[in-house]
Amino acid sequence: MIFAIAGRELRGLFLSPLAWSILAVVQLILAYMFLAQVDFFVQLQPRLLTIPGAPGITEIVAVPLLGNAAMILLLVVPLITMRLISDERRNQTLPLLFAAPISMSAIVLGKFVGVMTFLLIMLLMILLMPLSLLLGSSLDFGVLAAATLGLFLLLASFAALGLFMSSLTAQPTIAAVSTFGVLLLLWIVDWAGNNAGTDAGQGSNVLAYLSMLRHYEALLKGVFNSADVIYYLLFITVFLVLSIRRLDAERMQN
Amino acid sequence: MSMDSLITVENLYRYYGELCAVHDLCFEVRRGEVLGFLGPNGAGKSTTMRMIGGNLAPSAGRVLINGIDILDQPMLAKAELGYLPETPPLYRDLTVDEYLVYCARINRIPRAQQRAAIDSAKERCGLTEVGRRLIANLSKGYQQRVGIAQAIIHSPLVVLLDEPTVGLDPIQIREIRSLIRDVANEHSVVLSTHILPEVQSVCDRVQIINRGRLVLNESIEQMREKLQATTLLVALRVMPSIGELESIEGVQGAEVIDDGRARIRFDACDDPSDMIVEQAVVNGWGLHELTPERMTLEQVFVDITSSDAHAQGEPGNAVGSEGEAA
Repeated sequence: MIFAIAGRELRGLFLSPLAWSILAVVQLILAYMFLAQVDFFVQLQPRLLTIPGAPGITEIVAVPLLGNAAMILLLVVPLITMRLISDERRNQTLPLLFAAPISMSAIVLGKFVGVMTFLLIMLLMILLMPLSLLLGSSLDFGVLAAATLGLFLLLASFAALGLFMSSLTAQPTIAAVSTFGVLLLLWIVDWAGNNAGTDAGQGSNVLAYLSMLRHYEALLKGVFNSADVIYYLLFITVFLVLSIRRLDAERMQN
Repeated sequence: MSMDSLITVENLYRYYGELCAVHDLCFEVRRGEVLGFLGPNGAGKSTTMRMIGGNLAPSAGRVLINGIDILDQPMLAKAELGYLPETPPLYRDLTVDEYLVYCARINRIPRAQQRAAIDSAKERCGLTEVGRRLIANLSKGYQQRVGIAQAIIHSPLVVLLDEPTVGLDPIQIREIRSLIRDVANEHSVVLSTHILPEVQSVCDRVQIINRGRLVLNESIEQMREKLQATTLLVALRVMPSIGELESIEGVQGAEVIDDGRARIRFDACDDPSDMIVEQAVVNGWGLHELTPERMTLEQVFVDITSSDAHAQGEPGNAVGSEGEAA
C-alpha cells in the first residue's frame, strides 16, 4: 500500500518538469564545484606528496563536494516536498485516499518513501562524481560512506520536515517557504553559541546540539557517532508522526 | 439494525464551531436500494456524505457500513465503500488507465484481479475508448465517469455519489443517470442531489434534509401516491354557478379562478372527471379543457424546505401531511 502511494508520488514528480530541472541544475552546479575541487587538488598534489599523513583526494575533493551538496539541497528539497500533501488538498484529491482502506500512517509513509526515492536517485547521481575518481586514484571508502550516510540522513530530515509543512497548508509555495525557513534556522542555530566565545553557557550548548550542521560535520569527517545518527532518526520520526497527526486532525475539524 | 441494512446512521451530529451542520440524523440504507438524498444548498448533504465516506469525523453518533463502525474499524468499513465526492478526486496528470490502476491498488484489489476489475469498471462507465487519454484533457462528463469508475472499481457494497450530475449538459446528465441506474443493480447507492427529477427517475427512496435535519423519509411509491392529483382544472365556455359544480358526484369543492376556468377539488380515490364531462355535455357548458393538476416533487420539496417553522419542528413523519395540503 505504501509502495502504491510512493510509486504514484514518484511518477507525479517525474511527470512535471520541476523534478527534471532540479536534477539538472543540481548536477550542473555540483559538477562545476567538483571540477574546481579536482583542479585545486591537482595544483596541491606536488606539495601534498612531501607531507607525511597529508589529506588524500577523498578529504580534499569528495568531502567538500558532499558538504556543498547539503547546502544546495537545503534550497532544493523544499521545492520537491512542497507539493506532497498541499497539492492534493488544493486539487481535492485527498478524499480518494481517505475513503480508501488505507491508514493515515500508510499515506504519510508512502509520500515519504516516494520523495526519498527521488532524493536517493539524486544522491546516487551526486556520488557518481567522487566515484569517477576511482578511474585514476583510490578513495577512502570509510570516510566516503560516513559522509554519504550523513547526507542521506540529512536529506531524509529535510524531506520529513517538508512533508509536515506541506500537510499544514493548501498552498505549495507557503509550504516551500516555511520549510526553507525552518531548515535554514536549524542550520544556523549554533551561531549563537559560536559568537558567545569559548565559555558559552548551557543555553548555547543546547542550540549547538540542535543544529543540523553540527551533526553533519562530524559525519563528513568520517566520524560515525551514534548520537548524530539518532539525532536525525528522531528528527525524521517526529515530523512523520506530526504529519500523521495533522492528517488525522483534518477529519476532526473542518 | 436489520441484517440487510448496509448503511446505518445513528444520531449523527456535526458542528462547525457554533454552527450545527447536521442535527440528529438517523437512517438506514438496505441492500440494493437507491437512496436519494435531497436538500437545498447548504442543508448538510455533503457533510453527511463525507461523514459516511469516512472523510469527516462526526461530532456525535455513529456510522455503520455493513454493520462495521467506520471509526472503530476504518479499514474493514472502507473496503465496502465507494465514494465520489462533490469534486471528483482525479489526478489530472495521469491517464485514465494509470489512474484506475492506482485506485485499484489503494483499494487493495489483489494484483491478479486488478486487470479484470479495471476493465469491468471502464466498460460499465463507458471509458474503454479513452483509457490512454490524460484525465485533464477529458470533458467534464467523462471526468465524472472516471470518478464513478473509481468509486465502483473494488465492487463495494455501498456507493456514495455526491451531486454526480452537477455542471453537466443534458445529454451527459442522461448518460450519467443511466450509469447510476446500472450501478444500482449491483450496489446500494446513496445519491445526494438538489435536482428533483433525478430522484424521481433513479431512486427507490427519498430523504429530504433541511438545515441539517431530516424532514422527510419515504419510498418513491409513497411519494407518488402523495403526488397524485387531487384537483382538476376545467375550462368552460359557459360558466355554471359554483353550486352546480359542487353538486356533481365526487366533487368536494370548486372555485372559479378566472373567467371560464375553475379548479375542482376531489378525493383521490373518487375521480369525478367522467361526471364532469357528462354534465358539461348535458348542460351545454362548452368544456374545452380538463387537466388534472399534479403535485410535483418540486412542490413538496419547496413546501418542506421553505416553511421555517417546519425545520424547527419535529423531523420525520409529520411533514408528509403538510406537503400534501399545499
